[in-house]
Amino acid sequence: MSSATETMKKKKSESKETTVRPQGKVKAETSISGSVAVLEALVAEGVTDFFGYPGGAIMPIYDALYDYTDTLNHILVRHEQGGIHAAQGYARTSGKVGVVFATSGPGATNLVTGLADAQIDSTPLVCITGQVFAHLLGTDAFQETDVINITTPVTKWNYQVTDANEIPSVLAKAFYIARTGRPGPVLIDITKNAQVQKFDYQGYKPCSHIRSYRPKPIVRKEYIQAAAELINKAEKPFVLLGQGVILGEAEKEFKAFIEKGGIPTAATVLGLSALPTDHPLHVGMLGMHGNYGPNVLTNECDVLIAVGMRFDDRVTGRLDKYAKQAKVIHLDIDPAEIDKNVPATVPVWGDCKETLPLLTALIDKKDHPEWLNTFRKMQAEEEDVVINPELHPKGEVMTMGEVLEVLNELTGGDAVVVTDVGQHQMVTCRYAKFNKTRSNVTSGGLGTMGFALPAAIGAKFGAKDRPVVAVIGDGGFQMTLQELGTIMQFDVNVKIIILNNNFLGMVRQWQQLFHDRRYSFVNITSPDFVTVAKGYGIAGKSISKREGLKAALSEMLEHKGAYLLEIMVGKENNVFPMVPQGCGVAEIRLK
Amino acid sequence: MKKEFTITVYTENHIGLLNRIAIMFSRRKINIESLNTSPSEIEGIHRFTIVIHEVEDVVKKLVRQIEKQVEVLKAYYNNNDEIVWQELALYKVSTDKVIEDVKVERLLRQYGARAVVIRRDYTVFETTGHREEIDKLTEVLGNLGLIEFVRSARVAIINASSGFYEKLKEFEEEKPGDEIVENEFLDKQDEVFSM
Repeated sequence: MSSATETMKKKKSESKETTVRPQGKVKAETSISGSVAVLEALVAEGVTDFFGYPGGAIMPIYDALYDYTDTLNHILVRHEQGGIHAAQGYARTSGKVGVVFATSGPGATNLVTGLADAQIDSTPLVCITGQVFAHLLGTDAFQETDVINITTPVTKWNYQVTDANEIPSVLAKAFYIARTGRPGPVLIDITKNAQVQKFDYQGYKPCSHIRSYRPKPIVRKEYIQAAAELINKAEKPFVLLGQGVILGEAEKEFKAFIEKGGIPTAATVLGLSALPTDHPLHVGMLGMHGNYGPNVLTNECDVLIAVGMRFDDRVTGRLDKYAKQAKVIHLDIDPAEIDKNVPATVPVWGDCKETLPLLTALIDKKDHPEWLNTFRKMQAEEEDVVINPELHPKGEVMTMGEVLEVLNELTGGDAVVVTDVGQHQMVTCRYAKFNKTRSNVTSGGLGTMGFALPAAIGAKFGAKDRPVVAVIGDGGFQMTLQELGTIMQFDVNVKIIILNNNFLGMVRQWQQLFHDRRYSFVNITSPDFVTVAKGYGIAGKSISKREGLKAALSEMLEHKGAYLLEIMVGKENNVFPMVPQGCGVAEIRLK
Repeated sequence: MKKEFTITVYTENHIGLLNRIAIMFSRRKINIESLNTSPSEIEGIHRFTIVIHEVEDVVKKLVRQIEKQVEVLKAYYNNNDEIVWQELALYKVSTDKVIEDVKVERLLRQYGARAVVIRRDYTVFETTGHREEIDKLTEVLGNLGLIEFVRSARVAIINASSGFYEKLKEFEEEKPGDEIVENEFLDKQDEVFSM
């Protein structure tokens, strides 16, 4: 391997002498290839780390990349789905646009799950796919698929480039659309002829305006006034914190708002970590497996203030039993979200970074001690029935919750926590402690199993100085475990906890509760995960006894480099509380 | 209650946009009754006219989602009272039949149809009007040896619209103008604020 690297280095230095090295320094009015223009665009947009997988139709771009490896850090994944989830993880922790390269045909179709995930969770991505030569389009050429039409419903915007001249302006547009307004994934499909075509480069001009696209609606002062008036008259106001606050980088503005109004706040799954978990006004998580108080009291508050959230059905339960008594103030940057699920009494269109300070200025400084106390009382009830037995179990088998409890103790809440989908995800979201924003990376809207491992890789590149812990179930881990190869090759320091209950736990829980324990295909066997990790040169351990838990978790956290810790937990434990499907939020079950 | 609505969408003229808009209907299992794309009064700006049968609440939300698309400038929805609209139909009838049957000629006059092509073997008539009128004529001609029939999509003009040109100027500015967004609750302030 070392000799290969040497030859590569040698070859590279040779090529240095023969070709002009661009490095984001290609002067305007020189002739360059479409491929070089793609990389120039990435450099100009400040891309540092990105993900991808080469193939036939994107080879000219990879060839150009050979000369850019000192400015652009390309991480070779093991599967394009892993690549796009990594780009999502990167975007979530860094706040920058995630970038992924894939080839045509299967390379591009493998991106679809990640695109759908990024679309529903508003994650800014720019995906670049290779495509067959323009003259072959529609001929069923090798590795040709109609990527634009396949991805239209799962992208914010997509475009096919067939002429190199378009590349700089189209990529500028792509980055602008991906990161502005309500962010989302953009896919640019570039035919091979455009990649090799030489053209007169006029330099890279970032995009700042598209006439048919309005990223931010105008802030209407009278709505802000109306909202403030409602809040000032409220006796039981309640704030719902969504991911919009993180996407809008408005964490400070949000905190100032709820602190001045003294308003209890609960977060959606994706809103978690925007407000530190131990903030006195933070009363918990919303939704199907959220906390008791926030769910029940949604139907008792008088003014409900939703900030950057979209009233997903997992948050609202049955809509006709949701917050019917409350006046609803809805702050959102996407006008199509207003009135979509829950009619807004006062809609506050706009970027919450702008609207929240305007609102804060108009509201009275207040406390709502009694109202806050109602939340605390219900919290105590939930602690007795659910939380304490979960975090400090008396039984012999370990619970997922107690793992999180020890993890919190060891990380202090400073880690980025990446989760997959299922019981472990809900338990982690419920119990993980977050001190800093952008600490909770999970697949919320789409519920993509297999998300966590690749997303953790991206999350680490997006937050290089922070510890990254991926908590994954035994089912989801097996969906994308090939990315252990990426971790191995690039020495990605992620800590992997597999909470293994030998079941597809969430489906099993539903089968137990709603299908008479008819356990239909939820019994999943797993390989020896530690041996699998070992095969990839990743250290690991498996534990099944409580006594070893703390030591094992600290060993994992202190280990230099990636580490896999498998923890055997109770096979038939359930996640509670739970709002059963088809029920209102107030019908939440504690057991 | 489901009603007939006409959706008017002003867009950039880009490849793929028709699909992007069409799938927003099919995703919600809404059948498009009629779809027409045409240039608008402004060069480079396209206009979609789409007719669907739906409840107003769904249409309202759908139109917002359409307007959210990057290449869509503006989308409106209207009921039939708020627009002037026409459809065009062509009928191919045996010429012998037209000559023989006095009824045909009377019918065609009655419906304002005019001959486009007259040949020894067949004649093509054209008529424009509302759907019901065209349907009626089709039905009657059907009994009198109608050889071929085709009807166009609806084209419609919004009564209240003062043209798109001013709106476009607004869009072209870096800072878009102050757009009035209606809200039924804010119009009833007293009710909202009596708590």
